[in-house]
Amino acid sequence: MSTILIIEQVLNGLQSGVMLFLMAAGLTLIFGVMGLINLAHGSLYMVGAFAAAAVAGLTGSFVLALIAALAAAALAGAVIETLVIRRLYDSDHLDQVLATFALILIFSEGTRWVFGSFPLFLDIPDALSGPVTLPGGIEYPLYRLALIVAGLLVGIGLWVLIERTRVGIQIRAGENDREMIAALGVDISKLYTLVFALGAALAGLAGALVGAIQSVQVGMGEPVLILAFVVIVIGGIGSIKGAFIGALLVGLTDTLVGIFLPEVLKLFMEAAPATSTGSAIASMSIYILMSLVLIWRPSGLFGARA
Amino acid sequence: MTRETIFNAVLLLGLIAVPTWALIMDQPFTITLATRAVILALAAAGLNIALGIGGLVSLGHAVFFGIGGYAMGILAHHAQSYTAMMQWPFVIEGTKFMPVIWLVACLVAGLIAWVIGILSLRTTGAYFIMITLAFGQMFYYFAVSWSAYGGEDGMSIYVRNDFPGLNTLAPIQFYGLCLTLLVIVLIFTARLRKSPFGLALNAARQVPARLDAVGLNPVRLKLVAFVISGVITGLAGALFADLNRFVSPTMFSWQFSGEIMVLVILGGVGRLFGPVAGAVTFVALEHFLGGLTEFWHIFLGMILLAVVLFARGGITGLVAGKEASHD
Repeated sequence: MSTILIIEQVLNGLQSGVMLFLMAAGLTLIFGVMGLINLAHGSLYMVGAFAAAAVAGLTGSFVLALIAALAAAALAGAVIETLVIRRLYDSDHLDQVLATFALILIFSEGTRWVFGSFPLFLDIPDALSGPVTLPGGIEYPLYRLALIVAGLLVGIGLWVLIERTRVGIQIRAGENDREMIAALGVDISKLYTLVFALGAALAGLAGALVGAIQSVQVGMGEPVLILAFVVIVIGGIGSIKGAFIGALLVGLTDTLVGIFLPEVLKLFMEAAPATSTGSAIASMSIYILMSLVLIWRPSGLFGARA
Repeated sequence: MTRETIFNAVLLLGLIAVPTWALIMDQPFTITLATRAVILALAAAGLNIALGIGGLVSLGHAVFFGIGGYAMGILAHHAQSYTAMMQWPFVIEGTKFMPVIWLVACLVAGLIAWVIGILSLRTTGAYFIMITLAFGQMFYYFAVSWSAYGGEDGMSIYVRNDFPGLNTLAPIQFYGLCLTLLVIVLIFTARLRKSPFGLALNAARQVPARLDAVGLNPVRLKLVAFVISGVITGLAGALFADLNRFVSPTMFSWQFSGEIMVLVILGGVGRLFGPVAGAVTFVALEHFLGGLTEFWHIFLGMILLAVVLFARGGITGLVAGKEASHD
């Protein structure tokens, strides 16, 4: 087992971690501000990916595809917030789960109706294709490196938005006391739509960025959604910092255990059963991580309350 | 007699009359559809105990359904290939005998429900939903990577398992078996709701603080409810696998967890016959809308949205009105 392989896998883990963060940040923001558990967040991820693939297919431009992904997901977010989600803020979690589950059904089947069941493909832009040589002579795909950088930049942007701008102050105030900021003259329903559209845009961006290295297909959002839930449970609901650390932990655990556990097991047993046992346990690793965090801290690493 | 009692009686009569009619008219497919509805109703009846009485919004009940399915699949697989399940420290053989399969399904589902319950009940609200969903996904991926039992492709069981005195391959006999189990579970649920445990559980959903004050532990009550709920859904999984003679990781999928919950809500959450009304409606929609368009899930989604936003009591609520007192 070489150092190069380990560094490569750590980078892969970081890459999937920062993309997970884009999903988890939107979810945790929406939960923190509006108290809403949104299962349809994975659908917005899918909407972003499909919009990007469709626009890239028409124009051939990756930049336009990303803009389309952001716009389509934000628009879809704003529309479902106004039509459906808004009625759910005062409902219990059960109603929220069901209504957003219904939205998943509508989005998934609607997308299948329009685009068909076959996966679409989104190509990596030429400028970012091919490998890049990192210090130490490690060859690594440039696009994945760009994903890490893009994810970190969006994370910093989000931090600036929330900590340093007027809208950010309103969002944080909304998390603490929605009646009070409504009384102070902030249009709370406009703020909610904005936060929801922002979370949706982040999901759509993640969908488009990841869509270029995976296939774009119906149902692609839900596995990511559930991983993002694991991230939020680990990080603590409502905490962006928790979402960031949780996402990196989950991304790294998922990647590294999947690669190295079978290798470690081969030291103790024969190759074939080691591979199958290793991959079976590796598929459970992040959930085991989640269970450990739950035993240790039921409200997550950075959660304020259970 | 309240309107709800009449509605329940009509439902039960329908479950007897329609398959009987189908038998006379020689329409085995209708009997199979009815069997599917009854088994789904059983799975939903399991969830209804956790969700309806205990207020536990579990989005991971497919776990127990899948475990029931795989209990059947693994036991029958070893029986049909004449291989032992375990050689050491003692030999365990597979079996095609339904009562044993059910027992194993219920025990394993109960055990897993206990472990998941202990972990998830450390939290409440949104955390609980996300955690149960995550554990569901864990079992799904585990089943996918468990290549010894078919991995992603699942396993086929060639002949339906045996029940003493019955020819289970005759659709009507297997249907009768499933319906009997459903009725037993519904009677059990009705008695459970009136028992001291059921009343305390109801209180645990509504005002846990008061339970604490009278010296009852709400978390322990909810854990017991979660285990009972998992056991019943596990039994349904074993029957479902026997109906299709096939098990695959999709039994563990999060979509299926969502669907079981949809059945409960569609029928009326917390109502004794809610799961039955929900499952019958779901299978009917699936059959008729599915015949019209392959995108019938869009309409299911819209119906579900309408129920959540405008008809909180589900079908039972629409037909029978609100419950007289929420007992």
